[in-house]
Amino acid sequence: MSSKAMNLTLKVWRQTGPNETGKLATYELQGVSPDMSFLEMIDMLNARLIQEREDPIAFDHDCREGICGMCSMVINGTPHGPEKATTTCQLHMRKFSDGDTIVIEPFRADAFPVIKDLSVDRSAFDRVIQAGGYVSVKTGGSPDANATPIPKKVADEAFEAAACIGCGACVAGCKNASAMLFVSAKVSQLALLPQGQSEAATRVINMVSKMDEEGFGNCTNTEVCEAVCPKEISVRNIARMNREYLKATVLSED
Amino acid sequence: MLDSKIPSGPLSEKWTEHKGHCKLINPANKRKFEVLVVGTGLAGASAAASLAELGYNVKAFCVQDSPRRAHSIAAQGGINAAKNYQNDGDSVWRLFYDTIKGGDYRSREANVHRLAEVSVNIIDQCVAQGVPFARDYGGLLDNRSFGGAQVSRTFYARGQTGQQLLLGAYSALSKEINRGAVEMYARREMMDLVVVDGKARGIVCRNLVTGKIESYAGDAVLLCTGGYGNVFYLSTNAMNSNVTAAWRCHRKGAYFANPCYTQIHPTCIPVSGDHQSKLTLMSESLRNDGRVWVPKNKGDKRPASQIPENERDYYLERKYPSFGNLVPRDVASRNAKQVCDEGRGVGDTGLAVYLDFRDSIQRLGADTISARYGNLFQMYERITGEDPYSVPMRIFPAIHYTMGGLWVDYNLMSNLEGLHVLGEANFSDHGANRLGASALMQGLADGYFVIPYTLGIYLAGATLPEVDETHDAFKEAVDSVQKATKKLLGINGSRTVDDFHKRLGRMVWDNIGMSRNKEGLNDVLQKIPKLREEFWSDVRITGSGEQLNAELEKAGRVADFLELGELMAQDALARTESCGGHFREESKTEEDEAKRDDENFCFVSAWEYTATGKKAKLHKEKLTFENVELTQRSYK
Repeated sequence: MSSKAMNLTLKVWRQTGPNETGKLATYELQGVSPDMSFLEMIDMLNARLIQEREDPIAFDHDCREGICGMCSMVINGTPHGPEKATTTCQLHMRKFSDGDTIVIEPFRADAFPVIKDLSVDRSAFDRVIQAGGYVSVKTGGSPDANATPIPKKVADEAFEAAACIGCGACVAGCKNASAMLFVSAKVSQLALLPQGQSEAATRVINMVSKMDEEGFGNCTNTEVCEAVCPKEISVRNIARMNREYLKATVLSED
Repeated sequence: MLDSKIPSGPLSEKWTEHKGHCKLINPANKRKFEVLVVGTGLAGASAAASLAELGYNVKAFCVQDSPRRAHSIAAQGGINAAKNYQNDGDSVWRLFYDTIKGGDYRSREANVHRLAEVSVNIIDQCVAQGVPFARDYGGLLDNRSFGGAQVSRTFYARGQTGQQLLLGAYSALSKEINRGAVEMYARREMMDLVVVDGKARGIVCRNLVTGKIESYAGDAVLLCTGGYGNVFYLSTNAMNSNVTAAWRCHRKGAYFANPCYTQIHPTCIPVSGDHQSKLTLMSESLRNDGRVWVPKNKGDKRPASQIPENERDYYLERKYPSFGNLVPRDVASRNAKQVCDEGRGVGDTGLAVYLDFRDSIQRLGADTISARYGNLFQMYERITGEDPYSVPMRIFPAIHYTMGGLWVDYNLMSNLEGLHVLGEANFSDHGANRLGASALMQGLADGYFVIPYTLGIYLAGATLPEVDETHDAFKEAVDSVQKATKKLLGINGSRTVDDFHKRLGRMVWDNIGMSRNKEGLNDVLQKIPKLREEFWSDVRITGSGEQLNAELEKAGRVADFLELGELMAQDALARTESCGGHFREESKTEEDEAKRDDENFCFVSAWEYTATGKKAKLHKEKLTFENVELTQRSYK
């Protein structure tokens, strides 16, 4: 609970539509409380813009507790900003200092076109999941949940991969705009679990092929994705996906 | 009296008999039916996927950029199921009984029993989908006891159970989208329900990216749009959670049931200032090891560490010696409000109480506490900048869940034919108070295991002449939505939407919050209509309707909250008893606890819309209890 208000200079990406040219606009914002979340600071700026009859800044957000994956923004060059393992909505202004200049840009990638200002279209992620990120069971008729024991270690590892919130920071942070961390997290979760085995080969092939088709770049092992991931999803998942892919292609009987 | 269409027969056989005798639709004919599913949280995603698997044509709509982001994702604790894997005596009957009792005898026996029955199928289904629930060292599923339950029946995935269940339902939905059986429409907000010949036949949406008003015709509409907690402005709900879809259905004739039943959660992170946009919940498991206290003396502003033991008031332990810090949510919340009202609240705002882990850390060691609550402590520190290992946490209650919602019969159909309502959006299973780990259960029960049967009953029996988007009813609905949008954009007043929303939230919190009385309710019934009038003459919305415009979206939602708030007050005023989350100060026991009035209030209040600003019309559904005895709660 600190109460010293800060004055900040904000350089915010403004772009009226997908096909318009964008640019950084500068705003001086006074009286920012260190207890505010980063998005509450943007709320404050927007309230002022409305008073001045200007168009408020468009940005995506929903749960504001770090789990829905809807908030984005590249803050001073880093997706979700400077604090490790933290989404933009959970970042608080006490991490900044009076007089700071903060540059705020959208997540940038060919596969994530800008809709307006800081809001981007991440539906490519949905399409990659639709290509195979599931177990093809129908509702009803499933065996008893305890029929197949799963070693705790395996279940825990599957959970670690499943914790991905699908925000796209991995793509925004990667110089190649690669989606390998996102895709591999889902492939890993299901490859680890017995329920995912019967479709393991087609899943990895279809998801990787969709990922390429959507225009995500290749992985060159910089590991920035893991560093910027708010859920600290491990790059070991990428290694596992590569093994799964190899198994599915080289060792396949087809 | 409303007919809830509860099947006859013994309680435990109702659902089986009902399913066994309901009309079926030939598989080849299912594809001739178009089903519109609005909302893709646990209820919506599971319903859309399951109905598509059966062969129906499904269109699904969500307000977020992806169905994976629905607010079900934020549920932390777990999901109940009567599996009895722990051999501790759980059963369908016990889960049923606990839920009925927890709801303070204001829910339907038949619905709750069905919920308990299908709970076991949900866990099987989710595991088959690859949901990574917590497991023990033998590789079997682990359970914990939750919310004061005497058995361990809660399945969980760390503190992210809602996320994992939602991603499971999202994966099933994705599978059906890939198969072409579901068409997905993201970034759409439902603006109106289209009713033709008394039946729900379609919806009108705003495409939030282009601003275009779009029409979709269908044979049935499933509303799975969650609760209305954001009427309070500050709540644990996501920013986009709203009542608009449900309210517009209400305006078209669907009854709104028990709007005054809302749940306040005691362990939220307190408000830090006027800038606050939402509240964050922390799992109530924290109360297992944390001790709640405030200073004995009013206005004691010393830091916690300088307040000696004999000047601290561990008020829950003092007042409820047998339950102590583990009293139910509503009791813990009301007591926190009471000590803050007395001027003994802590922190800068005085609107908080301490939740202190000092003694537990001394007894068990910091490592044990960290293993149990590490992620919650981290979350707390991130938001408040304080370290709960060395300074007591500050907590305050916040609105978290709404038990009220659109009225539905046993088949989950509203009084408005063809409109079905699932999950938190309906009122059906939690009575006046919801038990922990039951929201996820109900959402998935409705979507996976109830609606796939009951929707068929409606579609097989209804006469549904061909209706498409060129029908006059769609033109009228589009026209009225466009007019309302134009009106909002044309006001060009001086105050922001949030400004109105905050003022409404404050009124609702103060008068229709943790405790209510006649005077306050009458007062707020005067104030809300005035605020609504001011809104419609002085709100300022910048930009146009033909683009992504968050202010316009918020304005439409706040306009509806300004009507809902009035209905909540009307409902709370009419119900002069206390029950569950609804505490009327005029109706309490000698021990200051909620006192029900079973003789006069053992019914569901279902309100019919008349006109904005006019009193809604009350319809009653009598609640009959044939299998459980009504008792008064006591936690002393």
